[in-house]
Parts: sequence; structure tokens; C-alpha cells
Amino acid sequence: MFDSFSAEMLARMQFAFTISFHIIFPAFSIGLANFLAVLNALWLATGNDTYRVLFDYWKKIFAVAFAMGVVSGITMSYQFGTNWSVFSDKAGPVIGPLMAYEVLSAFFLEAGFLGIMLFGRERVGHKLHMFATAMVAFGTLMSATWILSVNSWMQTPAGFAMNDQGQFIPEDWWAIVFNPSFPYRLTHMVIAAFLTTSFVVGGVAGWHLLRDHTNAATRKMFSMALWMAAIVAPIQIFVGDMHGLNTLEHQPVKVMAMEGHFDSHPDGAPLILFGIPNEAEKRVDYAVQIPKLSSLILKHHLDAPLDGLDTIDDADEPPIAIVFFSFRIMVGIGFAMLGVGIWSLWARYQGRLYDAKWLHRVAVIMAPSGFVAVLAGWITTEVGRQPFTVYGLLRTSESLAPVAAPAVATSLIAFIITYFFVFGAGTFYLLRLMSYVPENNPFPGEPKEIAHV
Amino acid sequence: MFDLADIWAAIIAFAVLTYVIMDGFDLGIGILFPFLKTEHERDLAMNSVAPVWDGNETWLVMGGGGLLAVFPLAYAIVLPALYMPITLMLLALIFRGVAFEFRWRTKRWKPVWDVAFIGGSTTAAFCQGIALGALVQGIKVADRAYAGGWWDWLSPFSILTGFAVVIGYALLGATWLVMKTEGDINAQMRKYATPLAIGTLALIGVVSLLTPLQNPVYFERWFTWPQMGFSMIVPALLLCATYVLFKGLRSGKDVSPFLASLSIFILCFAGIGISFYPNIIPPSLSIQEAAAPDSSLEFALVGTVILLPLILGYTAYAYWVFRGKMDPDEGYH
Repeated sequence: MFDSFSAEMLARMQFAFTISFHIIFPAFSIGLANFLAVLNALWLATGNDTYRVLFDYWKKIFAVAFAMGVVSGITMSYQFGTNWSVFSDKAGPVIGPLMAYEVLSAFFLEAGFLGIMLFGRERVGHKLHMFATAMVAFGTLMSATWILSVNSWMQTPAGFAMNDQGQFIPEDWWAIVFNPSFPYRLTHMVIAAFLTTSFVVGGVAGWHLLRDHTNAATRKMFSMALWMAAIVAPIQIFVGDMHGLNTLEHQPVKVMAMEGHFDSHPDGAPLILFGIPNEAEKRVDYAVQIPKLSSLILKHHLDAPLDGLDTIDDADEPPIAIVFFSFRIMVGIGFAMLGVGIWSLWARYQGRLYDAKWLHRVAVIMAPSGFVAVLAGWITTEVGRQPFTVYGLLRTSESLAPVAAPAVATSLIAFIITYFFVFGAGTFYLLRLMSYVPENNPFPGEPKEIAHV
Repeated sequence: MFDLADIWAAIIAFAVLTYVIMDGFDLGIGILFPFLKTEHERDLAMNSVAPVWDGNETWLVMGGGGLLAVFPLAYAIVLPALYMPITLMLLALIFRGVAFEFRWRTKRWKPVWDVAFIGGSTTAAFCQGIALGALVQGIKVADRAYAGGWWDWLSPFSILTGFAVVIGYALLGATWLVMKTEGDINAQMRKYATPLAIGTLALIGVVSLLTPLQNPVYFERWFTWPQMGFSMIVPALLLCATYVLFKGLRSGKDVSPFLASLSIFILCFAGIGISFYPNIIPPSLSIQEAAAPDSSLEFALVGTVILLPLILGYTAYAYWVFRGKMDPDEGYH
């Protein structure tokens, strides 16, 4: 089935496949863990049982999503070694300690307090339970911090020297952790996780509102989700723009690919809205473009010159079309989210938030949009980093383990079958949990609370 | 005489040992699952580890992530060498990990996730045993890379260590359930524990006898002074643990068999440590050669010294919260 692929291509496909599946779950659980902490805190503070109903409802969903995130994540921590051992040997001294900190300060925290958060309220009391819930939420944010530092360092390496074996030797940890793209990437991703979760919550609420718009819990979560969307979507667009400017400074080739700028524009580059990049002919076919707008966005000046891919050696260019399209998908969804946010403000102002059936329908359609945007954004930045693993310094082709193509192909097929089976079933269970109406004891056949010991 | 690399070798060894004994008993429950006949007993056994399995498995991530951080060369050599057993173990852990949640989400497919739990737990344990055996056999290294073939890990010896770990984990699982349950399931597990203990000890004996044949260096490490002074303590303590285990099982004790089984695992792990030191990957890669530069070791150590005691503290607290016998009527789900 994969006869024509090299071991390198197969290993890249395997990494892309397993990381894409994995990132879906953290993107959801970062937002959901924090949502749960807020719900529990609001319940303790106000005594309003609606918050408690919502906490118990989303807790079950969180448990399933979190388990899938854990098991798909363990795979990642070993794949660096099985398929990318040369990268691990060379970059390990820098990125390894950052990942060790992720395990020590995040994974253990989440895992250690998850049991108490899910099963322990009656055993430890409300205060300690709140503490455990907050620790799980804090753990998800710590995890994002460290792993985005690792990824950002691979994009914009800093604070190191090279030794005779070609290893990256850490010299300045502050510069490594807070490398140039890290603050932008972290902010962009954490907000993306919050947006993703709020659209899932909003979509589930919209689904139930279409059937019964009087349920207090449904109304509450619809309102909370759309406040989040309305406030955070514009912030995300602003942060994304800053992140793009940072990329232009440090990884200009990636921006050329995102923009589809095959040619240099000495007196103002156009913004290509749509088109089909033709890599063979080095041009964008059927381009719909606005003159000079790209220079205005990227350089804040209509006539500012922008270099194109014609200034770059072909061997140093990423695949253009993938980066071009995935970037447009991400941006398109971002603006759609902004639209839903504004619409919800209008409906709220008119007092029709819980009766606006079309808003509810659109919320249902938009429920998975955050996942698509997160994947598209990651594809943009990761494919845009090619052909390097450590940008500008270590080529992907020089990072590969001494693996034979058949071994990688076999394990790739095994991962594909396992992931579609396991995570397909998991998604089915998640959707079924979401189909239950949020109310006291919503899940059939289950005791509402654990008995005292 | 101990430098940063040695300290880190000790920390990684601690993480791997912690993984082995903690995930050991919950994988053991998966291995014993087919012998639990009623759905209620299976629910109870699974619930006894539901609040802690995730934390237990985190030690495996710590072992892998820690190895990458401080011994990147060892990580880069051992994982390609064990490509197939490691990949199989990861897939197996996926099936058994999701089974904890999925099992409660469906009536019709519950038997399917039971099979995923049993198969995943048993396969993961077997692969870990194979990995151990393959390491003891030794891994070919040339030019900072794995230099052997794709099937080097497979041998009668590694299959034997695979079985040894499956039986040993089953012993941990059985004695855990003796400690956590009452009534029928307690009696059933107590009955199983004796043959499992005999099997575990017999396999430990056979593996120990065969180990020097893999490489004569192991023999020297055990039987030359001054190591011999230390190395003789291990079998002596193993005898003590064995005595406590059988006495506890026979006299109806609930906690001591589990603690004795844990001790047996810890002692075996110490024995492996004596065989390997000063190498991290037998027969030729030493701890010193594999170590990351000092700047990496120092940076990672600062946080570890602060965070590891905290982790042990709140992990112990989580176990304390869910201490004692399982209430048969209590469902966590």
C-alpha cells in the first residue's frame, strides 16, 4: 500500500497522522478543564445548582476526552525515538529537559488530581475538590506552555551552541524557553483551545435549545459559550496577526508560502484571497487578489517591498500549496467565529438569544469548527517549517532514525487502523454523552453520586 | 565519585521502577480479568484502579521523556532497537487505556472493551518483558546509532522474560485485589496468588541463571569484590520477601502479600541495576557516554529536585483518598 514511499516520507506521514489525532484532544481538554474549574467555582460561590448540573455533565465528557488524549500522547513521547532518533540525539539536550518539565509540572499534576476531581468530591469535601479541579486545569495550561516552548524552539531556535557530534548544546535556558516565537505561539494556541471548547459547548447547547429552549442548564451554557466566542474571537484574530508578523521576522519563507508570493514585489505586494498555487510553474492560478494589501498588513505600508519565493533556493522551500490552503482555512474559520460572536451579541441585545433558531443551527454547524481551525493552523506552521526539523539548522532528511521503510509502513498501518477504531468509538461515545439533556442525573443507568464510605 | 550523570541514572531508574510496580498491578488486573466471571466482579476490579491508573502510566512518560532529556543518545539507540515491541506496547496501551472509560459508556460493546482491556494489558506486559530481555541480551551500537537488525530483540530469552513479566504483573494484580476487596473475589485472588508467586519466583530463578550466559560480564559484576558484598544482599532479601508473601497468603493477611510482591519486584530491579552498572545500554554504552551535556543535566535537575517530592506527596495523597476496601455497591462511574 505504501510501496512507493521512502522511509522518511512514511515517518513524516506517521508523525503527521499521530500528532494530528493527538492535538484534537488537548485542544478540547485544555478549554474544558478550565471551563469545569469555572463552573465548579461558580457553583460554590453562588449555590446555583445549574452550575453543578453543568459541571457533572461536562465532567463525564472530559473524562472520555482526557483518556484519549493521554493514550495518544504516550505514543508521541516514544515516536521521537523510534522514527526520529537522530533528531532526538541532536536536539534532545535542548528539547528533552523542556519535555521532562512538562511531565513533571503538568502530566503528574493532571493525573494525580484527576481521580479526585472525577470521583472524589464526596471523599475530600468541596474545598479540596475545588483545589483538585483547579490543579487539573492549571496542569493543562502548564502542559501547553512547555510543549509550545519546545515547538517554538524548533521554529525559532535560540540560546544554544553546537558540539562536535552535531548536538545542540544548551547555553542560555532563558533564551531557549522564551525563544522569539514562543509567547505568540503559546497565546495563539491557548486561545484556540478556549475557542474550540466554547464552540463545542455552544454547539451542544444549540442542539438542545432547538428541542427545548426552557432548560436552565442548556440556556446557561449557551450563554457562557457565546460570551466566550464574542470576547475571545476578536482577540484571537489580533493575536494571530501578531504571530504572523513574528513569523515574517523569523521565518519569512513560511509567510511567502502562506501568502502564495512566488514573485518578489518591490513596490507593494497584493493580498491573494483565493487561488490555486501552481508549484511547477511557480505562480498562483485563478488568483483573486487585492493590490498592495499584503504589504499593508505585513509591513504597515502600501508600497513596502516584499520578497517572494524567487529569492529562495528550491531546496529550502516548504510545500507551498498545503501551507497556502491550510492558512486560508484557519483564517476563514476565525472570521466565521467572529461572525457568530457578533451575531450572538445582537441576539442578546434583542433579548432573543434563546429563541434565535438560526443562531442555534449555526452554532451546531460550527461545533467542530475549532478542531478544523486548530489542525489547519498547525499544518500551516509545521509544514511551513519544512524542509527542516530545527528551522534552518537541521534538515528533516537528516533527522530520521535508521529505519527501514517496511517497518515504518507496517507501524503506520497499525496506527491508522487502531486510531480509527479506538478514536472512532470514542467520538461516538462523546457524541452520545452530548446528546443527553443536561439535567440532574442525565445519563441513563448511572448513579448520580458516589456513596459515602 | 557520583557525578550528575549517575544521579540522573538513579532518577531515571527510580521512574522506571515506579512505573513497573504501579502500572504493574493495574496491568495485572487486566491480565486476571478473564478469570473474573461476573460483570460485577470485573466492575469492582476495574474501579479499584480507576482513580489512579492514569497517574501510574505517567511514570512511563517520565521514563521516556526523562531518557530523552538526560540520556538522548540512549533514547536514540534503544527505541529503534526495540521498534516493534515498543510500537506494539504503545498500541496495546491505547486499547487498555480507553477501555477504562469506554467500558462504562456502552452496554452492547462492553464485552468488546473487556477484550481490549485484557488483550491490551497482557500485550503491554509481554512487550515490556521482551524489551527487558532484549536489553539484557545487549544492543549493537556503532557510530552513535543502533547497528543491529529488526528482529534482534526476538530470542528464546526475551520471550522467557516476556512471560516472566506477565506472570509477575498478574501476581501484583492478584495481591492488590486481595488487599482491596472482600468476600468471593478476595478468596479467589488469594487462591490464584500462590501459583502465581511460585511461577514468578521460578521464572526469576531461570532468568537469573540464564543472564550470565548472555554476557559473562554480568557474572563478574555479581561475583567480584567489592560489589559482591552488596549483590549478595539482594537474594537474601528476596528470600525474606518470599517468606512474608507466602506467610501472609496462608494466614489470611490482606496487605502484606501485596507489599511482599512489590518488594520482590524492587529487588529484581535492583538486581538488574547491579548487572547493568556502569552501562545504561549493555553491552557497550555507558551512563557517561550517553549523558546530555552538563547544562541539560543541571537545568533538569533543579526542577526535578523540587517537583519530584511534590509529585510523590500528592500521588500518595490520591492513594490515601481512595484507601481501604472497595465498597461492592460503590461505583465511581
